[in-house]
Amino acid sequence: MEKLLLLTPLIPIFPLLAFVIIIFGANKNNKLSAWLAIGGIGLSTLTSWLVIAGTIMGGHHVQAEGWRLPIPWMPTGEIVFNMGVGVDGFTAAMLFMVPLVCLLIFIYASEYMEGDPRYARFFAYVSLFAFGMLTLVIADNLLLLFMAWEVMGLCSYLLIGFWFEKTSAKRAGLKAFLTTRIGDVLLFAGMLILYSYTRTLTFHELFKPETLEMLSGTMMWGIPVSALISLLVFGGAVGKSAQFPLHVWLPDAMEGPTPVSALIHAATMVSAGVYLVARMLPLFAIVPDGALRWVAIIGAITAFFGATIGIAQNDIKRVLAYSTISQLGYMMIALGLGGFLAGVFHLLTHAFFKALLFLGSGSIIHAVEHGAHHVNDHHTDPQDMMNMGGLYGRMKRTAWAYFFGTAALIGIFPLAGFWSKDEILAEAWLQWQEAGFMSLPFWAWLAGTLGAFLTALYMGRQIGLVFFGKPRTEAAAHAQEPGNRMTIPLLVLAFFAATLGFINVPFIKGGWLHHFAGEVHAASHALHLEAIPFQVSVAVVSSIVALGGFFLGWAMYRNLKAGQQDPLEKMLGPVFTVLKNKYYVDELYTAIFIKPTVKLATLCAKFDYDWVINPIVNTVGRIGVVSAIISAKFDEIVIDGLGVLGTARFFKWTGKELRLTQSGQVSNYLLTIALSSLTLVGMYLFFIRM
Amino acid sequence: MTIPLSWWLISATALFSIGLYGVLSNKNAIAILMGLELMLNAVNINLVAFGRHITPLEVTGQIFAIFVIAIAAAEAAVALAIIIAVYRQRTSINVEQLDSMRF
Repeated sequence: MEKLLLLTPLIPIFPLLAFVIIIFGANKNNKLSAWLAIGGIGLSTLTSWLVIAGTIMGGHHVQAEGWRLPIPWMPTGEIVFNMGVGVDGFTAAMLFMVPLVCLLIFIYASEYMEGDPRYARFFAYVSLFAFGMLTLVIADNLLLLFMAWEVMGLCSYLLIGFWFEKTSAKRAGLKAFLTTRIGDVLLFAGMLILYSYTRTLTFHELFKPETLEMLSGTMMWGIPVSALISLLVFGGAVGKSAQFPLHVWLPDAMEGPTPVSALIHAATMVSAGVYLVARMLPLFAIVPDGALRWVAIIGAITAFFGATIGIAQNDIKRVLAYSTISQLGYMMIALGLGGFLAGVFHLLTHAFFKALLFLGSGSIIHAVEHGAHHVNDHHTDPQDMMNMGGLYGRMKRTAWAYFFGTAALIGIFPLAGFWSKDEILAEAWLQWQEAGFMSLPFWAWLAGTLGAFLTALYMGRQIGLVFFGKPRTEAAAHAQEPGNRMTIPLLVLAFFAATLGFINVPFIKGGWLHHFAGEVHAASHALHLEAIPFQVSVAVVSSIVALGGFFLGWAMYRNLKAGQQDPLEKMLGPVFTVLKNKYYVDELYTAIFIKPTVKLATLCAKFDYDWVINPIVNTVGRIGVVSAIISAKFDEIVIDGLGVLGTARFFKWTGKELRLTQSGQVSNYLLTIALSSLTLVGMYLFFIRM
Repeated sequence: MTIPLSWWLISATALFSIGLYGVLSNKNAIAILMGLELMLNAVNINLVAFGRHITPLEVTGQIFAIFVIAIAAAEAAVALAIIIAVYRQRTSINVEQLDSMRF
């Protein structure tokens, strides 16, 4: 069983190999590239299952305390930095979800991306993306986690801007990169502070009680270091997991190809933020009413706020994007209230049904695009739900998979979302009962329940608009179900979306996942690690809310005619406009951050080009040119003219004159010798003897 | 009584000057060679005279003179050989015509 765990470091290697081979070798061959990527992630999936089997066989010891393979990295004298991999129950749970969802998405993408000029490159990027996420999950220390985190940041940039011919896609990629960068910087700052106090970044060493006590006992700028670090780490998670106020990149990330959206929203990217908070939860929890409170507050705001925007979007993928933001908010609520497992459970189930919904939407878009081609229509936006309608009859497989995803998302008994979302709401509910009315858990519960209603409403609206009624455009009327490589992953995901909830049903031994992954942080006393009993009242309330919202949405939109006004718009009026414009957050950021930055940059450019730097540079340049000219003249006249050529000319002239003395007459020479000798002797006598 | 040194020197100078005149004024290479011999012998007289005058007990001057005579003989031999060679080529030993080493 230990031997199975030794396979752990191999898990991320396969996608990395696929990436390298595609980039350096196989990029000319589309089919091979796709198979390499699928094969890489497939091997990862198999290896992951072996590792999970090892974890299950390892029993409580491995699941709670974890198995670690430390790898010394850059040993310098006394300081040895261990950068290893580790597996515990939590990691194993993630290892079940990440590679499997990635695999299904890759298979789906192999058909979806067909005909794209950069098909091979796409698979290289997604492989690298999967490598990043898998490394992040198995990292046993913050530094390796951070590296993987950055790899994902890069991949998200590359993939969101994959169709960079479109200006909007290019900008979306940049926006995602820059927005998450804010979080990354915060996380990095947190890591630096953490390392400066503890001299280690390995999780199990950080979470030793004495280390945590030291961190919470030491003050920095008037607050405990642990709180400061937690908030910085949470900042990183806010960026990566698109929490308010750094959520703006996620909806724009819809510019990428749909499989990428599924990848980012389900298996990788956004899960990373939640994973990080869950992993670092003991540090958050060590200060009572400290950082955790903020996690819950941000989560509650995001859960509600994301859901409200979702009801007013017309782009099928944007609705899902806001849904993701909102669902991530739920996970943050759970983590913020100390409910480690509730958050993790929702993370796992959400990954499956959100991947399903995204792939389903991709398949719908694909179908509508196909229909648009069929009727030679190149103006209809294939992502706009107002252009769809009546698709149920044309694509039954996708529709049924989509229904399952929707039911799981809005929490219909007994699908996955019901159990996981319910656990979060139950957690909040129980804490509310203890803490009293108007307390934080109450607000969290309220935000969650209202969010659940809105979730059901926008999903009802979406289903009504997309699948029911009459086709509102010719394109939708000619939509066609895509092939097996796209629909089979949908059905597999639908199976998991329906059944995954059972791994943590409270009736069976108080939740299986609880025993498997829930004891990772057993050492931390501030967390609510015991299984939460099933709360009938919560379940009833959320079920009523979900069904009510869904039928409301479905009924309002099911028979919408082409060109008809949005019924919600009629009802809500200006509120709807605000929601449609996403509370003007983008505009606000443009006004507050982007415009001043651009202004500042313009000023700097002026400073550079017109005012100071360039004139100085130019003057220096001109001085150089002038002095070079002078120096050249000096060379020409003095050095060449007088020095080199002058000397030569002098000797040439003297030689020419003096050679006349060489008459060839021996007597002349002899006479010269005689006279010279006489002169010398004479001079000797005259000067020396005197 | 001995002949005073100055007499020897005056006669040697006279001999040298005659030799020099012969060298400078003659056009015949053999005559020039003869002038050279006179100049060498004038030097020999000087050497012997000074030797006798400065170190009467030793014979350094005489020995030096013998060396000069020997070298002069060698020189005469070489010079005559050259002259013969020149004559064979040019059928003349007039030095005025031997000016091929000018510029």
